[in-house]
Amino acid sequence: MLKIENLQAGYGEMVVLRNINISLSEGEIVSVVGSNGAGKSTLLKAISGIIRSSGTITFNHHSLTALQAHRIVERGVVHVPEGRKIFSEMTVFENLMMGGFLCQKDRTENLERVYALFPILAERRKQLGGTMSGGEQQMLAIGRGLMASPKLFLLDEPSLGLSPLFTDVVFKAIRAINKSGVTVLLVEQNVYQSLKISHRGYVIETGSIVLSGTGEELLNNPEVKKAFLGM
Amino acid sequence: MLFLQALVSGILSGGVYALAGIGMSLVFGVMNISNFAHGDLMMLGMYLAYFAFTLLHIDPYLALLLIIPVSFLFGFILEKVFIHRVIDHPHQNQILLTIGLGLIMSNTALLAFTSDPKILTTTYSSSAINTASGLSISVPLLLSFVITSVITAVLYLFLAKSSTGMALRATSQNREAAQLMGINVAKMSAIAFGIGTALAATAGALIAPTYYIHPLAGHSFLLKSFTICVLGGLGSVVGAGVGGIIIGVVESMAATYISTDWKDVVVFVLFLTVLLFRPQGLFGKKGGQ
Ligand SMILES: Nc1ncnc2c1ncn2[C@@H]1O[C@H](COP(=O)(O)OP(=O)(O)OP(=O)(O)O)[C@@H](O)[C@H]1O
Ligand SMILES: [Mg+2]
Repeated sequence: MLKIENLQAGYGEMVVLRNINISLSEGEIVSVVGSNGAGKSTLLKAISGIIRSSGTITFNHHSLTALQAHRIVERGVVHVPEGRKIFSEMTVFENLMMGGFLCQKDRTENLERVYALFPILAERRKQLGGTMSGGEQQMLAIGRGLMASPKLFLLDEPSLGLSPLFTDVVFKAIRAINKSGVTVLLVEQNVYQSLKISHRGYVIETGSIVLSGTGEELLNNPEVKKAFLGM
Repeated sequence: MLFLQALVSGILSGGVYALAGIGMSLVFGVMNISNFAHGDLMMLGMYLAYFAFTLLHIDPYLALLLIIPVSFLFGFILEKVFIHRVIDHPHQNQILLTIGLGLIMSNTALLAFTSDPKILTTTYSSSAINTASGLSISVPLLLSFVITSVITAVLYLFLAKSSTGMALRATSQNREAAQLMGINVAKMSAIAFGIGTALAATAGALIAPTYYIHPLAGHSFLLKSFTICVLGGLGSVVGAGVGGIIIGVVESMAATYISTDWKDVVVFVLFLTVLLFRPQGLFGKKGGQ
């Protein structure tokens, strides 16, 4: 479904990602794990067109490389950014409506789906986004992304800064979203939890992929254990 | 009585300032650009009203039906051709570009229309309504205040309810997230600049019947618009509206109790004071980005 070949990306003169090759099949959850500054967010930004890149990114056999960000969303590739990036002066409901900016005809259906997944968003729909707690904002960010009817969902550190309870809620939601037919590319620091729910994973280090395998293989890999799981 | 008169005149003339300030604030909010050509766009609006009146014999307030779409289009094109190039650039580049564009506009006006001030005299230019309590309310000021209120209300509803309006607000709150929602932020910038230009030109047209129209007429309004934005908190449309009224009243009070010559000084002092003590604006929460 998604095929990334020989991807290079960076900021201005600085090259961050070098020669990245990644592929995803429909229905998978694939994790990309790596330490701070490895280039995980940069990878998602390159896929969603927030930053320019060279190499090829194809989604369902169409190239995304030259497309502007809003055209990429149109194709069903939806990116929930690191740090949530909620519209803080808009209500929860308005935030969700912005998520559905391009999918106005599926709004009611999507909204029901989001409220079913995160009932708190229905309760708080009149609250200003900026006044929600971190965990609530994360649910809002995921819900807002779902409003765009994603085929491929790019999630950047959805468990960042969340308590164990909220983390569980978020990981459960990711599984449920995947079960409903959405392919997920998950970037996480929470290596254990994310590899556990993933079909496959990649390890990224200073801008290059250094390891890949099924979720279980990576969890049992001695280097992964040592670097990320403290074992 | 004197106080009440100054207050009423101040509020009425503040409406137009509010309009100009809202235009600048919207552009700043969506594009994060301070538009130094804003006053010159206002000057173009004055000339548009003047020529609509003298050549086409259209009442300057009626001419707004023409001026608004024309100036929107002009602003939209300006953004598409010039301004978008500096959106991600350092502020000094943006300032230089907008100052440059403003200079081109004012000097073109100087060449085309000479520096002789023009006066647009309508039948009601100097008429006033005198109330029983002794207040004198200038008819053109009152008319322009009513028009301003209507435009502001329409703009408010547009931003609050319409899909494009919400996309504009989203872009101003978080440009990157807006892109991720599938909003074409480049288009939003052009629309914001178009609206900003239309508001500036409208403000210009509205004051045309009560001001001298000349190529540099916009410059004092540039400072006012900045002051209004700073008062209201940069990027806040409601704040800019209130800021405009405040400026109008302060100016009118200064003119009444000190002297007309001092009103610009008072506005400037207000500008610096707010910057010093409340840089996020009187109402602003985020104060720029
Ligand atoms: N907007 C930017 N401008 C310049 N450099 C940037 C920018 N964003 C990220 N970088 C740099 O690119 C490199 C990779 O950053 P990236 O955000 O992709 O890391 P990450 O793997 O997501 O890290 P983290 O786990 O901390 O979020 C870092 O060295 C970072 O400093
Ligand atoms: Mg990151």
